[in-house]
Amino acid sequence: MIAGARGHAHADAAGNAVPTRPLKTRPTGHAGARRSRAWRLAMLGLAAAVLVLLCSASLLLGARHVAVPTVVDALVSYDATSAEHIIIRDYRLPRTLLALLCGAAFGVSGALIQAATRNPLADPGILGVNAGAAFFVTLAVGMFGVHAVESYLWFALAGAISVTLLVYGAASQGRDGATPLRLVLCGIALSAVLGGIGSSITLINPQAFDALRSWSIGSVAGRGMEVVRAVAPFIVCGLVLALGLARPLNALALGDDLSRSLGANVIRTRFLVVIAVTLMSGAATAAAGPIGFVGLMVPHAVRWFSGPDQRWIIVFTLLCAPSLLLFADIVGRLVLFPGELEVGIVTAFIGAPVLILLARRTKARGL
Amino acid sequence: MRLDLRSFAVSAILLLLIAVVGAVSLSSGKFSIPPADVLRALLGGGDENIRMVVTEWRLPRLLLACLLGSALGLSGAIFQSLTRNPLGSPDIIGFSAGSYTGALMVILLFSGGYYQTAGGALAGGIVTATCVYLLAYRRGVQGFRLIVIGIGMSAMLGAFNAWMIRQADLPIAMSAAIWGGGSLNGLSFEQVLPVLAMLVFITPILAALSRPLRQLELGDDAATTSGVNATRLRLLLMILGVALTALATAAAGPISFISLAAPQIARRITRTAGVALIPSALMGALLLAVADWVAQHAFGVQLPVGVMTVSIGGFYFLWLLIREARR
Repeated sequence: MIAGARGHAHADAAGNAVPTRPLKTRPTGHAGARRSRAWRLAMLGLAAAVLVLLCSASLLLGARHVAVPTVVDALVSYDATSAEHIIIRDYRLPRTLLALLCGAAFGVSGALIQAATRNPLADPGILGVNAGAAFFVTLAVGMFGVHAVESYLWFALAGAISVTLLVYGAASQGRDGATPLRLVLCGIALSAVLGGIGSSITLINPQAFDALRSWSIGSVAGRGMEVVRAVAPFIVCGLVLALGLARPLNALALGDDLSRSLGANVIRTRFLVVIAVTLMSGAATAAAGPIGFVGLMVPHAVRWFSGPDQRWIIVFTLLCAPSLLLFADIVGRLVLFPGELEVGIVTAFIGAPVLILLARRTKARGL
Repeated sequence: MRLDLRSFAVSAILLLLIAVVGAVSLSSGKFSIPPADVLRALLGGGDENIRMVVTEWRLPRLLLACLLGSALGLSGAIFQSLTRNPLGSPDIIGFSAGSYTGALMVILLFSGGYYQTAGGALAGGIVTATCVYLLAYRRGVQGFRLIVIGIGMSAMLGAFNAWMIRQADLPIAMSAAIWGGGSLNGLSFEQVLPVLAMLVFITPILAALSRPLRQLELGDDAATTSGVNATRLRLLLMILGVALTALATAAAGPISFISLAAPQIARRITRTAGVALIPSALMGALLLAVADWVAQHAFGVQLPVGVMTVSIGGFYFLWLLIREARR
């Protein structure tokens, strides 16, 4: 961390000496910021308020109407004989907590990958991390007969880390290193391979097909408190690591050569990013299934009011990504009322248009 | 059409290989039949049971693998030549995901039969491909933008498909998923004839266009000066390319990566500068015939051939990326 902090301090001083770099991408704390600190704090407060509002909405809304006082009662003085209390405690509370955790995990993973690869299109879904986790879970279900969602965890973690390393390794062959385009293409290629092998496993095994066809959509519904307890430590560790990585990632934004010459440890930063992304994406995928696009959209949207400083981006993402997932989950509960649409489908339908718009933007860098 | 010696030799070798693979796949299966009996059965003689197994069960499947494989190879060759990009193929612009959506709707909502499913797949694929093309159009279509927008559309449709599969009863969902994998299971001569007719219709048009296609590869300006209407030619070729893929998808479900890999492999072997149409078609036929044999016999269960091609193709794609980077 010390090396990263030092690199950042030098970057402030040396930033002006690099005329080729546009002002927008310079990760300085104050000089390059377009917004004042007070404005950003106000936006942060707003984001937190929205998150609290969505959490309460997630507890309140659902197929069965439960009155507000009853919801409060269920949380503070739980009565195990009341059906409504059971709905809140056993269904909506774990669901809300899981959406919070997974949203934060997918969003911050996206922010970290985008910063570490300097790639605006990077996302755990596009880079194949989710596909890797999903493939290992498919293996676990199809080959070893694993059933409980909480035991998917280790397989998902193993899959996430091996595919991240494979994609990065394959993309960084050659002189140019891991360019954004090649990372995306390698991620897609590997996802396709794993998807093909995974679907042949499930087509041989009808039980695995049945178990995975709902998990593979991505949903936070129907998971109990034990799932939340199983994945929470991993996601929290990943988030703490991510917050610590914000400063070194600012240095990395200057480009590998410059940040190295300023004393930043580029390889260590990237390695820690891989660890954090694996912990978060792997655990969140195990619990909720592969949910795409949260990690792509949120860090992008957040940059409009956070500026280019990774510390602000990560903190804003931490608040906004769970909001997005909660919002998508609530929308999913309401559109087919009293039926439900899985959250993964809703995020795909919100996220894919965003990706298309990004690709249509003429100025999209690295495209 | 002019063929240089190397392309000619490669084509001859590919034909020979297809014949070998054909002989192997006609003789292997639950009842193993010696090659001599296979030949006798094909010529209309020999034991009646053997003749039925060879000509009515195994031959249509082999023929379809070859015909659809060559359609996919040609389609890929056209798209790669048009986009001047080794990644150009109808798969990438969302055709497969869209045709799966169309087919799923027909299977799950109307419980349609083979021809209805084929129709639904056609409609879905063509609508999706058109949408992706129009969305990517911005003073011309740039390769990478086309690919990213294709990914976005495929992701959206993929989520929708997954949801439809989840809504359905397990047996119907399984059979829909097998369609989605791309499978030649249970196809007979009834399906061979329409495919053959379409190919016979499309091939002469394509042969007539192969010279202007090569001029188009030199760039729009050069093509225009030699009297080619670039815009109209490109549209016509794109329609032909989509029609060829649509043919394969309607007949057997989305079979991916053949159209991506076949022209590239053919081009590397023939060492031609542009995309070679005939070797691409033959290579596609060979690849699909081999993949179908592996899918039928290698794992003890019959797998959809599409999951085989996607795995092989994905590895090939990675190898291509790494190799291009090393240069």
